Amino acid sequence: MKTATSTLPIGRWVGYAVLIIFAIISLGPLWIAFKTALTGPNALFASGGSLLPKDTTLFNFQRVLGFIDPSDPRVQQTGLAKITFFRALLNSVIFTAMAVIPQIFFSATAAYAFARLRFPGRDLLFFLFIAATMIPSAVLFIPNFILIHDLGWLNTFQGMAAPYALMTPFAVFFLRQMFIATPKDVEEAARVDGASYFSIFFRMILPIHGPSLATLAILTTVSTWNEFFWPFLIGREESVRVIAVAINAFRTQQQAGVPDWTGLMACTVLGAIPMVALLVFFGRKVVESFQFSGMK
Amino acid sequence: MPTPTTTVSDASSPPLESSRTHKRLTEREGFCGWIFITPALIGFTLFYLIPTIRAFYIGLTNWNLLRAPKFLGFDNYVRLLGDQKFWSSIWVTVLYVVYNIPVQTVFGLLIAVLLKRLTGSVAMRSIMLAPFLISNVIAAMIWFWMLDPVLGFVNFLLQALGLGSHAFFSDENLALPTIALINIWRHMGYAALLFYTGLQSIPEHLYEAARIEGASQWKMFTSITLPLLRPTVVFVLVTSVIGSFQIFDTIAVTTQGGPGTSTRTIVWYIYQEAFSSMRMGYASAMSTVLFIGLVFVTLVQMRVLRSGESDLG
Repeated sequence: MKTATSTLPIGRWVGYAVLIIFAIISLGPLWIAFKTALTGPNALFASGGSLLPKDTTLFNFQRVLGFIDPSDPRVQQTGLAKITFFRALLNSVIFTAMAVIPQIFFSATAAYAFARLRFPGRDLLFFLFIAATMIPSAVLFIPNFILIHDLGWLNTFQGMAAPYALMTPFAVFFLRQMFIATPKDVEEAARVDGASYFSIFFRMILPIHGPSLATLAILTTVSTWNEFFWPFLIGREESVRVIAVAINAFRTQQQAGVPDWTGLMACTVLGAIPMVALLVFFGRKVVESFQFSGMK
Repeated sequence: MPTPTTTVSDASSPPLESSRTHKRLTEREGFCGWIFITPALIGFTLFYLIPTIRAFYIGLTNWNLLRAPKFLGFDNYVRLLGDQKFWSSIWVTVLYVVYNIPVQTVFGLLIAVLLKRLTGSVAMRSIMLAPFLISNVIAAMIWFWMLDPVLGFVNFLLQALGLGSHAFFSDENLALPTIALINIWRHMGYAALLFYTGLQSIPEHLYEAARIEGASQWKMFTSITLPLLRPTVVFVLVTSVIGSFQIFDTIAVTTQGGPGTSTRTIVWYIYQEAFSSMRMGYASAMSTVLFIGLVFVTLVQMRVLRSGESDLG
């Protein structure tokens, strides 16, 4: 009987084996990066094929974060270009905060208007917002670069964050769908009792939709933290460049010799830690947010 | 969650019976709508609406940021038709999409089905999602190191298996598939989670009925799972195809278009024309063509995959 195949242990074992192989493929490269970051710079050549770090040390993390005196003989010995990753981490935090926080707030106000308020031009505007999700960033980056250039905002945080700070079509669309999905009788009752639209927005919409706002915050924070192309165009100076731009710069500044792999891997691990931490501490919420990101 | 009654009693707005003709502005629905929409509308106008129109206009000029632009009409587009580099970049991009999408989609489906059938635990789903939370740049950097011809871990493995080591990024035939592989690694788990969500919505009783009639696993997959998962598959395919056509980050970090022209994709070529050669006009014309091309690809995909129809009757 064929009904037995679904419960046949062999099928299940093969399934588990395949799943575990995919899990190893997912995590393996992250482990290799981590073990390289823990490897002493002089043991790199001897440890390429090993699964564990050699000369295990935190030296690489300390030196890319600038905690080691530049005159330290170990730094001289490794003969590496100066890596200033602490600044880059800080810049990423500033850029992400400046882009994400106002974006969510203003996208929420817009989503509330689209979902609940009737005003002339609403449907046309909403159609335009949705249509904008189709525009490739390569189209927008040239004129946006010129705008930021003309404003004198190259190599500033406001220049990097500006296009994200007031809205993104995805954020408005996502929140509007969430707002529409809830019944509006409570809000209407509040209207009848004399509550203004502003107090309804601040005292009802925002608190009730806390979980949706958190989902959007997770999705937006991850994508902004990982953004490369736009910050790469606008903020290349050390004082503003974010981790992705900095890592790219560290790689290209030493093309002559062997790249500083232990330093670079320390940077990649430090850059990935906030995202991995998000997954470790808020696993269910993060996983469900990303699953939800596809529901349109 | 605040109860509606407390919310209302706290509100400081005037009672409803105040004369309708003298309603305060902040009490008017249309006015409030515009107030709530204004910040987003400013952002939309400045960074989406005007730039799209401006990109098209710049594409009709020879602007290079330094000298005043000269209006050329459609000269850039005519030049595009005869530009060997442009056509080769389109070809490279299409090839990349062809390497990337089928493998990513099949792996994503496989993982999703296994998660559904065996364990959809948060831990397992988190592991699958992890590469997607890492940025393109970091993923590229990690694989650049893993595939290093001298010290890379993958080359140690290949040598141990007697397959010899390869210079993945400096071999013209390997560079583009390697970049596709990096992106498959980063995206397959995310695709799997989207498929997994879709699988959750397929009613279990359909499988039970099929089992009673003696249907095989494969038969159930092709005649129940795939058709009912189609809306999700369409969504994942459309978004990942659009994304793949715009591949940039991985190439910027690893091959920068090389070796030769083997990884010079369309967005990389646009970037080079705009920001290395400062030919803003020509680059904008190309980006406009890319835009139109992507809209076309999306419409074709939705047509072919019949996205509007549902199989769940």
